[in-house]
Amino acid sequence: MNYFPEEVLEHVFDFLKSHRDRNAVSLVCKSWYRVERFSRERVFIGNCYAINPDRLIERFPRLRSLTLKGKPHFADFNLVPHDWGGFVYPWIDAMAKRGVNLEELRLKRMVVSDEGLELLSRSFVNFKSLILVSCEGFTTDGLAAIASNCRFLRELDLQENEVEDHRGQWLSCFPDSCTSLVSLNFACLKGEVNLAALERLMARSCNLRSLKLNHAVPLDTLQKILAQAPQLVDLGTGSFVSDPDSETFRRLRTAIQKCASIKSLSGFLEVAPCCLPAIYPICLNLTTLNLSYAQGIHGSELIKLIRHCGKLQRLWILDCIGDKGLGVVASTCKELQELRVFPSDLHGDGHAAVTEEGLVAISAGCPKLHSLLYFCQQMTNAALITVAKNCPNFTRFRLCIINPTIPDPVTMQPLDEGFGAIVQSCKGLRRLSLSGLLTDQVFLYIGMYAEQLEMLSVAFAGDSDKGMLCVLNGCKKLKKLEIMDSPFGNLALLTDVGKYETMRSLWMSSCEVTLGGCKTLAKKMPRLNVEIINEGDQMEATPDDDRQKVEKMYLYRSLVGARRDAPDFVWTL
Amino acid sequence: METQIMSCESDDLNLKATELRLGLPGTDPALEKQSSNKRALSEIDSCSDAKNGEQDRRAPPAKGQVVGWPPVRSYRKNCLQQKKSEADGSGMYVKVSMDGAPYLRKIDLKVYQSYLDLLKALQNMFKCTIGVYTEREGYNGSDYAPTYEDKEGDWMLVGDVPWEMFVTSCKRLRIMKGSEAKGLGCL
Repeated sequence: MNYFPEEVLEHVFDFLKSHRDRNAVSLVCKSWYRVERFSRERVFIGNCYAINPDRLIERFPRLRSLTLKGKPHFADFNLVPHDWGGFVYPWIDAMAKRGVNLEELRLKRMVVSDEGLELLSRSFVNFKSLILVSCEGFTTDGLAAIASNCRFLRELDLQENEVEDHRGQWLSCFPDSCTSLVSLNFACLKGEVNLAALERLMARSCNLRSLKLNHAVPLDTLQKILAQAPQLVDLGTGSFVSDPDSETFRRLRTAIQKCASIKSLSGFLEVAPCCLPAIYPICLNLTTLNLSYAQGIHGSELIKLIRHCGKLQRLWILDCIGDKGLGVVASTCKELQELRVFPSDLHGDGHAAVTEEGLVAISAGCPKLHSLLYFCQQMTNAALITVAKNCPNFTRFRLCIINPTIPDPVTMQPLDEGFGAIVQSCKGLRRLSLSGLLTDQVFLYIGMYAEQLEMLSVAFAGDSDKGMLCVLNGCKKLKKLEIMDSPFGNLALLTDVGKYETMRSLWMSSCEVTLGGCKTLAKKMPRLNVEIINEGDQMEATPDDDRQKVEKMYLYRSLVGARRDAPDFVWTL
Repeated sequence: METQIMSCESDDLNLKATELRLGLPGTDPALEKQSSNKRALSEIDSCSDAKNGEQDRRAPPAKGQVVGWPPVRSYRKNCLQQKKSEADGSGMYVKVSMDGAPYLRKIDLKVYQSYLDLLKALQNMFKCTIGVYTEREGYNGSDYAPTYEDKEGDWMLVGDVPWEMFVTSCKRLRIMKGSEAKGLGCL
C-alpha cells in the first residue's frame, strides 16, 4: 500500500457514494483516512450534537453538501419542548467564516432562523440546494432572502415545516435572471402567494422538474403553469377545485395530457372530486402517489383513481380508503414497494379506518412491499403471521394501532406472536415500530431475530426490565432506541452501559428510570451526553432526590461533550 | 373530595394552587410518582381497571388525548384539525365579549396553537390581565377569567379540556370579571 499513489485512491473513492462506505474506508489506515477526508464532499451528521462545526470543517475541508438532523424523533409528536435545541445557525456561521464552498444544506428537525437563512444566502456563492424537513423557527422573510441572493439556486424543498407566513412577496424576490430552478416545493406554506410572480417564475424556469404548490394556488394558475412546463416529473397540486364544464378545466385537461413525464403526484390539498378525471391520463405512469393530505377525496373516488395506477411503487394514503380500497390497491398495484396509511381521524371514532384485513390483502397482492407505515383500528396475530409469510422482504415495518394497548380482538392475546413472526421472517428488517398489547415476550423475539435492526420505537409495551435488556443485548446493529410509557427502569438502563456508545441515541419517557440511575450512567460514560428534560420544574425543588422518576431522558454519544446551548429545563448530567 | 383538598392546602405552602403545569387535566404528578408510568385520564382508568386486572399499570389512554400518541407529526395533526374545523364551521371565528366593554370582538381560533397563545392574544386585545390557570383554582386570583360556550350551550372555563377539543367545541368566548368568575373557579 505504500507505493499506491494517492490520486488513484482518491479516484477509487470517488465511486463510493454511501456514507457508510466512506466511513469504512477511512478506518482502514492513516493514509486512507487522509485521502478520504480530503476528497469527501458530502457529509451526513445524524445528530447535530455529536460533533461541532469546527471539527467538521477541520476534517472535511472540501465540504459541499451537509445533512444535519437535530431534535430526537419523538419531537415530531410534541414530546420535546420547542426551545430544546437543534439550532442550525452556528453551523452556517462557522462554514461562512471558514470559507466552506457550501452548495447543499439538508436539515431535519432543526431550528432555522431568518437570520440563519439570510446568512446562508449571502455567504455561499455556489449555493444550490436547500431542503428543510420538519423544521421551524423561520418565516417567509427568510425564504425571501434565499430567493433574492442565491443566484444559482436549483432546489428549494420545504417539507412539513412550521413556517410563519408573513404573506409577503418572497416569490417575487427571485430575480428575473433566475432561471436555474429544478425543484420548488412550498406546499407547507399556509399563506397566499403572488400568483403572477409564480407564473412568471415558472415560465422562465425551463429546467423545472419538480413543483409542489400550496393550497393558495388555484387550479387556474396550475393550468397556466403546466401548459409551460410539460417536462415536469414531480407535481404537487395546490387547490384542485373547478367547474368541470369551464374553459379553465378544459385547458387543464389539455395541459395535463401533454405532461408525459410526470411520475410522482401529490397535493390535492383542496379538491373537488369531480375534477379528478383530469389526472387519469397521468395515473398510468405514476410510480409515486401521495394523497395523504387530500382529505377531500373519499373512499369511492379514491378507489376509482387507484384503479388507473398500475405502476405505483410508492403510495401514501389516508385510512378513509378502507379495507376494501386496500384490496383494490392489492389487485392493481403489483409493483408496490412502499405503503403508508395515515389516520384521517385522530379521535378514533372508528368508521373511516382500516383493520388487519386491509394489510393482509396488501401483503398477498404486493410481493415487492418492503416499507410499511400503517395506522389502524386493530390487528391480530394471525394477520401479522400471514403478512410475515407473504412479505419476507420488509426493511421498515411500522404499525400503529390507534388504541395502543389493545390485544388481538379475536383471541384477546397480546400481539407478541405476530410481531415475533415479522422479525423472524424479515431478516433484513432495519426499522420497527410496535403497538398493541405487548409483553416482554415480543422483546425476546426481537433480541433473538432482529439482527439487522437499527431503529426501534416502543410505546406502552413490556412488563419488566427484561424486555429492554433483550433488545440491548440481542440487536447488535441497533442505532436508535426510543421508548415511551413502558416499565423499563434503572436495571435495564445500567446493565450494559457500553452499548450506548455503539448507538446514536436512546430516548426514554414516562418509564421507570430515576434521576439516580441517569446520574450513575452519566458518571460511568463520559462520552455520552445524558440529558434530562425537566418540564414544569418538577425536579427543581429536589434535585438531589435520586429516587424521583425522570419524565424524559435523551442520551446520545458525542465527541464534543455537553452542549452549551441547552435551555434551563434541560439538565446534562 | 372537599376534605382531601383542604388537608393538602394546610400541609404545604399551597404552591400547588398557583402552579402552572403541562400535565393533563385530571392527573396529579404527586400521585403519579408513586404509581407507575400511568398517563391516562381518570375516567378512562376506571373502565380499564375492570378489563385488565394485572395490566392496570398501563391504562389505555383516551384516543388522541395523551401527548405523544398517536404518533402523528404535529404538522399533519394541525392540517387535519384545520380541515375538520373548516368542515364543521364551528370553532373558528368566535365572538369574544368582555364584561364592561362597550362592544364585542371576533377572533379566529385557528390562528392559535395553544391556550398560552390564545390567552396572550386576549390579554393584548382587551388590555386586561387574565392570570395563570390551574385545575384546582381556575383563574382564581386574577382580575378576569376566560370562559366559553360550548356546543351544548354550557358555559365552561377555558383551559380544562385539551386544546384541540376546545377549538372544535367553542362557540363563543366571554371574559368574566374576577368577582363573578370566582364562583366558577372554586368548583
